[in-house]
Amino acid sequence: MAYPLQLGLQDATSPLMEELIQFHDHTLMIALLLSTMVFYTILTTVTTKLTNKNMLDSQGIETIWTIAPALILILIAMPSLRVLYMMDEVNNPHLTVKTIGHQWYWSYEYTDYKNLEFDSYMIPTQDLIPGQFRLLETDHRMVVPTDSPVRMLITADDVIHSWAVPTLGEKMDAIPGRLNQTTFVVSHPGVFYGQCSEICGANHSFMPISVEAIPLIHFEDWSTSMLAKI
Amino acid sequence: MSEAINEKIKNYSTAPFDARFPNTNQTRNCYQNYLDFHRCNKVLSAKDHDVTACEWYKRVYKSLCPIGWVDKWDEQVENGSFPGKI
Repeated sequence: MAYPLQLGLQDATSPLMEELIQFHDHTLMIALLLSTMVFYTILTTVTTKLTNKNMLDSQGIETIWTIAPALILILIAMPSLRVLYMMDEVNNPHLTVKTIGHQWYWSYEYTDYKNLEFDSYMIPTQDLIPGQFRLLETDHRMVVPTDSPVRMLITADDVIHSWAVPTLGEKMDAIPGRLNQTTFVVSHPGVFYGQCSEICGANHSFMPISVEAIPLIHFEDWSTSMLAKI
Repeated sequence: MSEAINEKIKNYSTAPFDARFPNTNQTRNCYQNYLDFHRCNKVLSAKDHDVTACEWYKRVYKSLCPIGWVDKWDEQVENGSFPGKI
């Protein structure tokens, strides 16, 4: 999860996020190398005592510094398109969960078998118990089984919100009247946090998302207990 | 034929991938299955056939459509103000 002074991406909890992190690292490395090279070139150019008033053009270097950027861009585009198409692959989900954005909370619906629905409000700071995370904890978590493709259908009840969980590589707008689909697989058990990612009013910063992933054998126990409770 | 459908309904886990709706926007997928369920019921019961095959569409729309949307549409169907063609 996020931590203070964090600079990079959160560790991946889904295979797609692992791919995205690898692509990000690859592209950032190219950008850093190029920037270093350009900085060095500028530095040496402005600090040299040498002058040459007769240099007009040079076909050789012009050719090189036209072809080389094109090759670098291809080296970036290839993994980029690979990940992009990977994100669109058809995977047959085991479970469908709907989430609806409201002002200012998320509600979750599991209706493949029975009608399980519940709201998920942020736990106010004054009600946190020691060890809980400020502005991230919710009273009910969205629980999913590990290692199972989950289909998320995201919409909203009032204004536009956005459902995001960075560690899963998930972000999808919640738009009233529209049902947006995204899929993910959670690789290992744990609790994963996200925050509403589209400005939606006074408490936009106070409607977090928390996803709890548990092994499949325990998932049924959880849904049975939730149905009994709600 | 109806055996195959009943088998599919029995082994239902969640709405499968539908090639008619391959993209992110699944609004039409939900709405179409809702329409298809009601149309299936209407046509089969008009001919006095068994309506259990229509259960497939019901399972799919229940999986995909938000409960609020379904409740609103059910109410509209009940009082005759549903805008879709059934």
